[in-house]
Amino acid sequence: MTESGAGLTWRLLNRHPDDIVVAADGEPVPPAWAWGGASGQGVRVCVVDSGVEPGHPRVGPVDGSWAAVSDGTRITVQETEPGDAYGHGTACAGIIRRVAPDCALYSVRVLGEHGSGNGDMLLAGLRWAVRQNFDVVNLSLSTTRLRFLADLHAITDEAYFRRTLIVASAHNSPIESYPWRFASVISVGSHQEDDPDLYLYNPRPPVEFFAPGRNVEVAWLGGRTIRSTGNSFATPFVAGVCARILSKHRRMTAFQLKNALYLSAANVRVGTGGPS
Amino acid sequence: MIGDDVRAASAQDPLARELLQSVVDVARAIFGAQASSVFLLDEDAGELVFQAVSGRGERELVGRRFPRGRGVAGWVAASGEPMILDDLSDGTPFDREIAECTAYVPASLMAVPLIHRERAIGVLEVLDPVPQVRSSLNELDLLMLFARQAATALRVLVGSNERGEPRRLATAAPGEIQLGPAGLATALHLVESLHELLETSLST
Repeated sequence: MTESGAGLTWRLLNRHPDDIVVAADGEPVPPAWAWGGASGQGVRVCVVDSGVEPGHPRVGPVDGSWAAVSDGTRITVQETEPGDAYGHGTACAGIIRRVAPDCALYSVRVLGEHGSGNGDMLLAGLRWAVRQNFDVVNLSLSTTRLRFLADLHAITDEAYFRRTLIVASAHNSPIESYPWRFASVISVGSHQEDDPDLYLYNPRPPVEFFAPGRNVEVAWLGGRTIRSTGNSFATPFVAGVCARILSKHRRMTAFQLKNALYLSAANVRVGTGGPS
Repeated sequence: MIGDDVRAASAQDPLARELLQSVVDVARAIFGAQASSVFLLDEDAGELVFQAVSGRGERELVGRRFPRGRGVAGWVAASGEPMILDDLSDGTPFDREIAECTAYVPASLMAVPLIHRERAIGVLEVLDPVPQVRSSLNELDLLMLFARQAATALRVLVGSNERGEPRRLATAAPGEIQLGPAGLATALHLVESLHELLETSLST
């Protein structure tokens, strides 16, 4: 495990939107233009996590469920019965559904089969999801193991050029992990504001965006809800916003979408040039 | 796995048990919690084992096992991510085994992994911390800091060779860290030395 570098910001603590105002150049991109009136319809969002509980009222329909499965020598991704051993994937799916109610949701389970879970499973599931051309992949997981770094970097770059947006959660502790660290993904941490629809740009990346992640009501096992805290739950909020933007602007590339997120963030003030 | 070695040591040695008990006692005291538990992974059985408990369930839970593939502790062990559950007031069966054993369902909890060589060897949980530390990521960082200290103490407890292959203390070679009164005293000191720091941090 690699400890954090000095001064890096994993999440927004003890600071508020007015403390991190960002002056930006370019044409304004108001949220109304970016995603106003959009519901995520026609956009395919894949949750790479612990699975998704079927029939949960906060999640609604899940259009496909797969699982990374190891036979001891190789890992394949196979269609599976829907289900979630832990609740974490269900929680993420419920948040995406709240933000983008008409998107099509899919699940790839990379944790939970006999309690296993490792970087190999995460990598296999993520690679598979990217190559299915999902529009958005929510990844509220990461690995600290450096031996996966090159492969994860390659697959996130591949996603970027395929127009599959990987929205990746920063680790819940200020330690280095992957793939959220890469510029080709959209990385998300938590802010502590009460507004459930507020997201912010972080002027001090590598975490690029902050979204609601404290005391969030989330779907959980058994059709229930709990309240939980963590970057895991900020990430699907941004994934849902991405789905809404894409449902309205189908030809956007990954870099265009990240720019739209940036210029629409509540703490970004778009000017008309001049000295910074 | 080091988790297996720690479990073996704690089963045989009262000082090893004292070390683990110290971990949960201190964690519970720091966060003003109703209970605190250390679970260790049994890799072969695919289970998590209640290895030490402080507070509610202390008598009933030590030695209990449940599949690593479910529950909050299972999630934390599998993902390596810490987690806060802020409100379980609707009776969500987050860890059914605890409820069945103790008839005690906490309203909130914090759970963090015990990491050794980039792998989770177990989980440290704090149940029903005092309200002012709930929902706070700052405190989650503190618990992670404490868990790191605890994992370090556990490493001292079992020792390891330079190839990174944990060995049982009974077979440790001369010159390596060995289980004994001095080593255990060091390990206990490692755990307890953080108490003052954390109390200071929480009060500021």
